[in-house]
Parts: sequence; structure tokens; C-alpha cells
Amino acid sequence: MPDLLIELFSEEIPARMQARAREDLKKLVTDGLVTAGLTYASAGAFSTPRRLVLAVEGLTAHSPTTREERKGPRTDAPEAALEGFLRSTGLTREQLEARDDKKGQVWFATIEKAGRPAAEIVAEVLDATIRNFPWPKSMRWGSGSLRWVRPLHGVICLLTDEAGAEVVPLEIEGITSGNTTRGHRFMAPDEITVSGFDDYAAKLRRAKVMLDSAERAAAIRQEAANLAFARGWEIVPDDGLLTEVAGLVEWPVPLMGAIEDRFLTLPPEVLQTSMKEHQKFFSARNPKTGRIEGFVTVANIETPDHGETILKGNQRVLAARLSDAAFFWDNDLREAKSGMGDWADGLKSVTFQSQLGSQADRVARIAALAREIAPLVGADPELAEQAAKVAKLDLRSAMVGEFPELQGGMGRHYALEAGLPAAVADAARDHYSPLGPSDDVPSAPVSVAVALADKLDTLTGFWAIGEKPTGSKDPFALRRAALGVIRLVLSNKVRANLSDVFAKGYPGADAGELLAFFHDRLKVYLRDQGVRHDIIDAVLAMPGNDDLVLLVNRAVALGEVLTTENGTNLLQGLKRASNILTQAEEKDGVEYSFGADEKFSETEQERALFAALDKAEPAIREAVRLEDFPAAVQGIATLRAPIDAFFEAVQINTDNQIVRRNRLNLLSRIREAGRLIADFGRIEG
Amino acid sequence: MTSPKDVQTAKPVCFQDIILRLQSYWAAQGCAVLQPYDMEVGAGTFHPATTLRSLGARPWAAAYVQPSRRPTDGRYGENPNRLQHYYQYQVIIKPSPPNLQDLYLGSLKAIGLDPMIHDVRFVEDDWESPTLGAWGLGWEVWCDGMEVSQFTYFQQVGGHDCRPVSGELTYGLERLAMYVLGVEHVMDMPFNDPASAIPLTYGDIFRQAEREYSRWNFEQADTATLLKHFEDAEAECARTLDAAEADSAGRNIPMAHPAYDQAIKASHLFNLLDARGVISVTERQAYIGRVRALAKRCADLFVTTSAATGEPLPAFPAGA
Repeated sequence: MPDLLIELFSEEIPARMQARAREDLKKLVTDGLVTAGLTYASAGAFSTPRRLVLAVEGLTAHSPTTREERKGPRTDAPEAALEGFLRSTGLTREQLEARDDKKGQVWFATIEKAGRPAAEIVAEVLDATIRNFPWPKSMRWGSGSLRWVRPLHGVICLLTDEAGAEVVPLEIEGITSGNTTRGHRFMAPDEITVSGFDDYAAKLRRAKVMLDSAERAAAIRQEAANLAFARGWEIVPDDGLLTEVAGLVEWPVPLMGAIEDRFLTLPPEVLQTSMKEHQKFFSARNPKTGRIEGFVTVANIETPDHGETILKGNQRVLAARLSDAAFFWDNDLREAKSGMGDWADGLKSVTFQSQLGSQADRVARIAALAREIAPLVGADPELAEQAAKVAKLDLRSAMVGEFPELQGGMGRHYALEAGLPAAVADAARDHYSPLGPSDDVPSAPVSVAVALADKLDTLTGFWAIGEKPTGSKDPFALRRAALGVIRLVLSNKVRANLSDVFAKGYPGADAGELLAFFHDRLKVYLRDQGVRHDIIDAVLAMPGNDDLVLLVNRAVALGEVLTTENGTNLLQGLKRASNILTQAEEKDGVEYSFGADEKFSETEQERALFAALDKAEPAIREAVRLEDFPAAVQGIATLRAPIDAFFEAVQINTDNQIVRRNRLNLLSRIREAGRLIADFGRIEG
Repeated sequence: MTSPKDVQTAKPVCFQDIILRLQSYWAAQGCAVLQPYDMEVGAGTFHPATTLRSLGARPWAAAYVQPSRRPTDGRYGENPNRLQHYYQYQVIIKPSPPNLQDLYLGSLKAIGLDPMIHDVRFVEDDWESPTLGAWGLGWEVWCDGMEVSQFTYFQQVGGHDCRPVSGELTYGLERLAMYVLGVEHVMDMPFNDPASAIPLTYGDIFRQAEREYSRWNFEQADTATLLKHFEDAEAECARTLDAAEADSAGRNIPMAHPAYDQAIKASHLFNLLDARGVISVTERQAYIGRVRALAKRCADLFVTTSAATGEPLPAFPAGA
């Protein structure tokens, strides 16, 4: 069983593309091999900035021989038909066999396809993989027409078995496959000849290349932690940065430095952003002061001076950046302390959207809406309005102008410097949240009020001017805004009828349509939470469906009972009752909805059902009134046994029309009891 | 006189030292060492030696210093790193040679940045010039965490696919030199050898001009005049492109270069208007689109000429 080693050696591959490229290489090659009839035991893909590597173990040496029988024309058919058959099968007349068939004598061909050696298949598959590789962005170089993420320089394609290693011959646009590569660009640039994956990985390591990105990440994490520990600091964890940095080096050499004292008073988010976004540094925190005081940069080389020159250079670049930041911070503080009036004026000249006015117009609307929403979320209306008015002022600050990702966070600092209450400052920071589906949801009442107002102004505004999301197009991120509202409402248990709230937003939005949009987003959200879509449909059909908290409580209570056996039987009973009733109503042309009387009962089971309904109905109504949906669902669940027993013992359709009508009216009481909770007809099963 | 050999081994001591080393290095690699283009441009890419010569099949290799102007970056000479007038060093080779990265690293060595002591890295950075209708893939090159160059494989220029592909290197000379020389403020950087009889710093040469231009760019330049110049340049560019290819004597002379000059002019006038703060966010895109339209038409014409195709210039008709 041979093993296969592939290395695609190129100029530096963007770090963010490497993980996906590993997966794509593995999938394209192994799928290709399998399609061609080979099997393999295992496959692993690796990447460094300069190479994409695949190791396949236990590959079969040949694809199997296949035999296919094909029926041709009759032996007395015209010559042309036979010639066509010979062409299509690639056989000669002597190789055909004449056999008797129902319709006479017919030519049969047996086409045997010999198995092919693995090398031949590998060469084809790799050629196709390179030519069709799904890079997010690819390029040409020199005079060639081949596309790769950056210029491709070398291909190792090597099959290894007990007998030794053999290069799979392959040529693609002047690049010939071989068994050689190069080590680290600076520390070991010479050619290396390899005989298989283990030899390759070992020789690369000696040539200062750590092949596995996970190993590089682990080494960085470990060494950074050690460096920090030695100074009594701790690294601020950042897995995204770690993955990126591991994709920027072949031989990670973490180096630690201290931030100059003059910058330590900068807000921590400013330090972190400057260091992470621009320098790809990890932040080191001093647990004693709680401040970010140091950094770790990851070099790609071991130097005779142990990184001293590199660290000094990095420190210099950081100082230049932080000097800029400190300059912005000082200027911004002056404006903040003087009340931020210039910034408020400045928002007037920034267009939010041509039909929806300036940012200042928008802020005024959000402030009015936040005031309206405040009582619903337990916030002081004055504070909510004030918070909405200052929440976006930082957009005019020099710091946010330079680092847009600091919006909100800087707003909090400036609000505090302006002497505003903490709740107002926190709202400035938190009112954009939640942005992503896994973001934390604000819980402070003032923050919740402004966050809701911000999103609802956006939604009603864009709805009013007809800029709704279509298909995959959602340029104003309205789906995200709606999901934000849903998460804010649910996690803070905000009781409100959304339709009423829409009416207080930007005038002219179609509330019904917007509510339907919310319901779609809610379905997606709840489905991700594991709530069945049919259960959501069943509760969406109920009145009061613009109160999301109520809606979800219903759905959750219903979902829970339906996972029990009792629940599924109950559902069957309710559905059976509903079906019989609907059929009878259609046949008779009347609605059975009133007047079931116990005195027409003929069986014990009918009387028992009357009794159970008499007991359950008021209990369900009361529970629904109190919005205690688990109790309401429990109430209807008590009907399960009497309903089952009823259907077991009683024939609905009897000749006695009075008894039949009475039984149908009894069924309608069951249907009505169910309708207090949900539209059970929409639930599957 | 210092011998060329000494220049290569001793550490550079001043700004012009670094420029001279780059010039001799790239000359030794076979580039034609050109002089700056004699017009106001925002970057070395605007030089016709790059923009136009990256089009068409004709091989090309050039290197040059290009004074560049970015009016919005003016800081009255006070900021240690930002200038409204600065220098770029530009290398353009078509087709891009397979060892372009190594050639580039050689140039760093030539100016005193030994990659065995420094941390040199190629970090993804895709380049796009909306005004030139151009884009390419490549990296920003980091040295010890500082961006020292842009490295781009041109894919499209003026809306035309680049076949073959040019490799373009752009060095921000002041920043690079400040790092090599260990200078904190650009104005303190020695321009000539500090041991010269008359030592001159960057500030001696440029500080006053930076101050004057910052004032003019931000406050004084007359926007009505600039706008009129922009429109004149745009019209002249179009008129030049629209002119019949035959001149008064019947000689066939398309005028891609003079037209392109007008496109460059329009681009710089747009930058000045931008610095004056009279272009709104929505208008910005429209202006950029107007310049791009000019650049594209210039490219359309240039690719038909012998400078792009490599065919000999057609002879004039007899008697003309």
C-alpha cells in the first residue's frame, strides 16, 4: 500500500485562506482518487505561509479492473449500425459475440477496462486539482496563464512503498513535479530531497519549518504565556489572532516587549486595537494593575542577537502608532470635557442615508423612540433619551475616525469624561449590541432601551423607504438588526406588542409586513435553538403574536410536552377530534361549535370526557390568562386519557342524529380547548 | 570620492545614500533607471512608465524615484511621519520574473537591511486603484513589524487584463530610510552625508515647503479655479483621444501619452479638491469614476500602439 505526499510550494499564501485551502486540497484530491477507483486509509493536510501539503496513507496501488457488457445491433442490421457500435466500444468485429435474443441474433460486446496504476491517477487528479482550485482570489504571474493564490514554484508528488519512493511525473505550465523542496526562506533556503511524508516533516523541522499550523499555534501560545509569566503578566487570549499569526510564520519566535509608560493611560481598547489590528501583537495584562502593559510579537526567524533588533523595530513602530493615538485621545478628551457640542453639530453634516436624513436627524429619532421604549424595559425615560443623544457622538471623534472599530467603546469613555451618568456611558458602548449571533446582549435598562431604539429606527426607516432585504442582498444589515431586537426582547423579557412599537418608529413602515419579517427571523433563531418549525407555526397562528416573549413561552411549553409520549398521544387525540369534526362540518355544511349536553351521553366514556372538559377548560383559561403556559399545556394534557378512552369506546356517527350532533359538539369543545394554546392542526406527527 | 564597492558595504548614512543604492542595485538587475515623471502625481504608479507600460505584450523593466503628492496628508511639517510631498521608489518589470521576491530581498540588503537580523515578512495586501481602474494581488512587506514596501502582481490596468503580468515594487522612501538610519522625525533625517561641508537635513530642504503647501492645500487653493482646471483637463483628455489618428500631414499618430497627462492632471486636481473638503462622500465616487473613465480610454488607445505591442512604429507615408 503506497503513501502519497503532495507539496505545493508557492510565494506567501494569505493567512486567512490557509485553513480552507487545507480542507479543499484534501477533499479535491481524495475525492478524485476515490472516483477513479482507488481507496486510502487516511489523509491529512497541512499548511505554512509557503506550502500546502497533503499526506495520504495506505493508497491502493492500482484501480480495479472493470468489465462491462453492452448490447449492440442485430447481426442482420445495416453495416453502418455495426460500425457505429464498434466505434463506441472501441472493439473490432472479431471481439464481438453473437448471441440469441428475443428478437433474433444480436451482437454483444464485453468491454474490459484494465485497472490503472495509482501514479497515473494521482497525476491526473493533482493536475485537475491545481487547475481548478477554489481560491477566494487567485492570480496569474509572469507570462503564464495558470492561476494560483500567489506564484506557484514547485510541486512534490511522491508515491512511497516498501520498494522506495517514486516521483509521480507531472508537468503544469513549466513546473515539473519532483521530490525536492526548500526550508525556511532565510534560515535554510537550500534544496532538500525527501523520500516520504515522515522524512519530509523531519527534514523540514531541521530546516526551521514547523509544518503543522496547530503545532505552531500551540508553540506560540505556550511561549507567549511563558514570556508573560516571567514578568508577572498574562496574555489576553485571542484565538482568532493566534490562528492568523500561526499562518504568517514557518518558525514562530515569540518576543515580548513593554509598552512605554507614557502610553499606559490610553484606554485599553485603544492599545489592543492598535496592537492587534495593525501589528498583530498579543496584549499582555498586568493582573496587579489590570492594565495592558506589554505585548508579544511573533517573529519568523531566530537571529544572532536573539531578536533584539526585531523587538526594537517593533517597539518603534508601536510607539509611532500609539503617539498618533495619544494625540487623538488628548484632542478628543478636550472636546468631551467641554460637552461634545461640536461633535453633535458635526453629525448634522454626515448623511446617514439620502432619504433618511443626516446622522443628527437619526439621533433625534432614536432619542424620541428610546424615551417611548424606556417604560417597557424599566428604564428612566430621561436617561434613555439622554443616552441616545450621546451614543453616536464618538463617530465625530478623531480616535474613531482613525479606528472605526472603536465606535461605542470610545463613546463610553467620552461620556464619562463629559460627566454623564454611568448608565448613559454604558449605553453608548453597548447600544450597537448584539451584532453577531453570539454577541453578549445588553441587560442594563438604559442600554436596552437605546439598543432597541437604534435597531427599530433602522428597521422602520428602511422599511418605510422600501429598502427591504431581498434574497441574499441585505446591504443595510436589516436581518441582523431584527435578530438583535429579538435577542434583546427575549433575553430581557421585554413585554410589548411590536406592532405598537413599530408605530412609534419611522413613519410609513408597513407594520404587518415588518412583523412578518420579524416572524421569519424568529423562526430561524428558534430553529437554531432547537425549537421545531411546526411548533413555531402553531403558536404564530395565535392572537398576540407580536409579543415575542409570550410567543416563545408558548412554543417552549408546547415543545416540551410534545417530546413526551403523553404529549404525542394527546396530539393524536386532538388531531383526530379535529379531523372528524372538519369532515362532518364539510359534509353537513354546518359548524359544530356549541350545545354539547351531557344528558345525551350514552356511555360512561362520554360522561367522563364531559367531566374532564368541565374541569380542564377553566383551568386552561386561567393559566393562559396568567400566561403560565406550562400549566395550560398541563391542563390540556389531562384530557389525553378521557379522549383516548372516548375514541376507543364511542362511534361518533350513529343513526341517532341527536346523539351524533351531541358528540360532534363535544369534539368541538376539545378543539376549542386546544385553540386556547396553539393551532395544533399545524403540528406535524 | 567613495568607490562603488564601499557604497555597497558600509551602512548608509543619509537619505540620498539609500536612493543611490536602490538606483545602482536595480540598474545592476537590468532595469532602465528612469527619472521622475514631470507632473504632479499621487503615487509612483501614475508614472506612464508603470501605468501605460504595464499594458501590452512588450517586455519592460524600469526603476525610478517618483515625487508624490497627497494633499490631505499635509501636517505643516510637524508630524514625524506624514508629508503632503514625499518620495516613492518604484520598480516595474514585465513579465514578472520568477525570482522577483529574491530580487526584492536583495534590494533590502543593498540598503542595509539584512534579513538574517531583521524579520522580513510578506503579509497579504491586495492593491487596487479605483482611479486607474487597476488591481493586483500581492503583499505589504513588513520589516520588524513596519510596512516598508508594496509588492504587487498587476492583474488589470485601465480595465485591461495584464498579459503578461507585471511585478511592481513600491518603497516608501522616507519611512524606509528613517528606519534604516534610526531617525525618529522625518525632518531630522540627514539628506546628504552629515559629514559634508554643508550638511542638509530633510527638514532643511522641505520643512518650509511642507508648511506652505499645507496651508495652501487646506485653506487657500481656490476651489472654483481647481474645479475649472479639473473640467478643462477632463475635456482636453477626451478631445485628444477623440482627435483623428491622422495629423494634418496624413501621418498616423494616436496620442495616448498627451491624453494620459490630462488624466493625471485631473486626478491630482481631484486630490486637491478633496483636501479642500469640498467634495461630499457621494460626490467622491462620481469624481473617481470620471478620472477612471479617462484612464481607461487612455489605456484603450495605448494598447493599440507599438509601445504596448512591441511592433515597430509604423513608418510615415512617403512624402509626408
